[in-house]
Amino acid sequence: MNKIIKYVIADLLRSRTIMVYTAVLAVLSVSVFSMEDSAGKGVVSLLNIVLFVVPLVSLLFSTVYLYNSAEFIELLVSQPLRRDTIWISIFVGLAVAMSLAFMVGVGIPVVLYAATASGVMLMLCGAALSLIFVSVALWATVRVRDKARGIGLSILLWLYFALLFDAVVLFLLFQFSDYPIENGMVALSMLNPIDTSRILILLQVDVSAMMGYTGAIFRKFFGTDGGMAITATILVLWTVLPFWFSIRFFKRKDL
Amino acid sequence: MNGWVNYVLSLCVCLLVVGMPRAATIKVGKQHAVHTITKALELAADGDTIQVDGGVYREGNIGIRKRLMLVGVGNPVIDGEQKYEPVSVHAPYVVIKGFTICRSGHSSMKDMAGVKIYDTHHVMITDNVLDDNFFGIYLQNARNCTIRNNRLVAYGKAEQLIGNGIHGWKCDRLDIAGNTITGHRDGIYLEFVTHTDVQGNQSHRNVRYGLHFMFSHDNGYYRNTFTGNGAGVAVMYTKHVRMEHNVFNENWGDAAYGLLLKEITDSHIADNTFAKNTTGILMEGSNRIRIQRNRFENNGWALKIQASCMDNTVTRNNFIHNTFDVATNGSLVLNTFERNYWDKYEGYDLDNDKEGDVPYRPVSLYSMVVEKYPMAMLLFRSFMVTLLDRTERVLPSLTPENLKDDYPLMQPVAL
Repeated sequence: MNKIIKYVIADLLRSRTIMVYTAVLAVLSVSVFSMEDSAGKGVVSLLNIVLFVVPLVSLLFSTVYLYNSAEFIELLVSQPLRRDTIWISIFVGLAVAMSLAFMVGVGIPVVLYAATASGVMLMLCGAALSLIFVSVALWATVRVRDKARGIGLSILLWLYFALLFDAVVLFLLFQFSDYPIENGMVALSMLNPIDTSRILILLQVDVSAMMGYTGAIFRKFFGTDGGMAITATILVLWTVLPFWFSIRFFKRKDL
Repeated sequence: MNGWVNYVLSLCVCLLVVGMPRAATIKVGKQHAVHTITKALELAADGDTIQVDGGVYREGNIGIRKRLMLVGVGNPVIDGEQKYEPVSVHAPYVVIKGFTICRSGHSSMKDMAGVKIYDTHHVMITDNVLDDNFFGIYLQNARNCTIRNNRLVAYGKAEQLIGNGIHGWKCDRLDIAGNTITGHRDGIYLEFVTHTDVQGNQSHRNVRYGLHFMFSHDNGYYRNTFTGNGAGVAVMYTKHVRMEHNVFNENWGDAAYGLLLKEITDSHIADNTFAKNTTGILMEGSNRIRIQRNRFENNGWALKIQASCMDNTVTRNNFIHNTFDVATNGSLVLNTFERNYWDKYEGYDLDNDKEGDVPYRPVSLYSMVVEKYPMAMLLFRSFMVTLLDRTERVLPSLTPENLKDDYPLMQPVAL
């Protein structure tokens, strides 16, 4: 298992895409921090980039990588190895590579320019999003055999998480604003890891505004230790569940 | 010549001697003849000084009805035993200095206070500690009084169970300076108080407001700090107020405001700092106020200006790192925004006059949305919302057309 993980990581870290991704993130973060006059504003500007780019790249890159290494996977399967070992190794390899790229690209500038609570939260959330979307990509590829359709599905999934979900939430919010929907809304935001991460960072960046009417509800939930534990659990579940579904399917799959 | 000097000298001595008995000093304490302050008050005549040594004095209510000076030496404690009003002042020209006055009775019927001043003038309360009283210092129908350098501490849990720190009712020309007030209902409460200066006070963590006044015209508030009070600062129904160099910060909550202005007119709010409040200033029915040279930093909403306000001028302020700069609740705008620095301004300055060439619209679409649907804060800073805001900036349709700063500054105002 360790051997496969090592091989996958070595293979990924040599790939040009990962290097370009790391470099682009680094250039973006450094330029954002040197342009904005305060660290807080830098974190806010970076927030949109992280919430947008990290899921997209994690999802698309993992999908493409898996389709490209279909033959390699077939080869591994023909060896006396357990199928779940192979799949876990591939997941760990991809997850390590993606989060490492993020940590180098965004983490180092954040530590240098904005080592604040909001900066740290941004780093943690970005790393979590990397893992989650690698896991989602595994699920998408294992379900769809055709490469073009698989990549299409990934892009659709990304569109859904990054844009459509928010539009739906906004619509529901306007439609049901006369009802006590606060708790429901918090629960709803848990259905999208991007939203959950965004709210977590918001609670650090816009703390004054979040102390207002709605903030009271957010804070009661996200601000307490119990709420934090639940949120962290939800993010872990978002990593584990798609991966678990994919592993179940991979074990039965006729390659 | 020498005789003349002698004459003047002896005249001086005579005058001095004649004046002496009027200013006797009565010492109170264990090692003196007089053991209680009440006894000393009986013995004293107008103009005397009562010097009280350290120790605890439990004498029920001490009523001062003569023109006396009470000086505490070695921090004497006057204890109200949670039953009495420790000190009541009924006479003018009374000075109370250097005492710890504690544990007054609690009564909503009688409004008991650590020190209560009734219908008099020229009273001075300085350098005292007021600990665990219902009201701290209560001025009722008083004139020309001075309340300086006192420390007021109470341990209020709920609004209805505790009184105000410094409470003025129907007073004129007070001087309230350098006091520290914590844990009362309102730190400083003034009602029907006029021509008063409130300077250099610290009002922290009171249950309701740090400062609260109503119908109190022609007053000035300078260099005070109001931090972390239950609902910030609220001022109402008043004309001709000056608020300068104050700090309003960390007032957090749905109904907490750095400064709530309700029906305030013809006033000046200048050189203040509003930091980390949920709402920096909320203006309701307030007219002809000049808001200038203030710093608004890290607030949720820097300035909420309701459509019921008119002829206000907001100029030369710095708006830095607020979640929302300005919010309003209607489309009618009768106020002027000019030459402020907005850190969210994205325009340019081609003619280099240090003023942006395109107007800045401080009201974002989403701040209007959040005003109407507070839950929408959930989606703040998501891509959808940023997109909506951008579109609105380009083509204003929902945000008030006229609420804009035509000459936004490119650099922060030096304050």
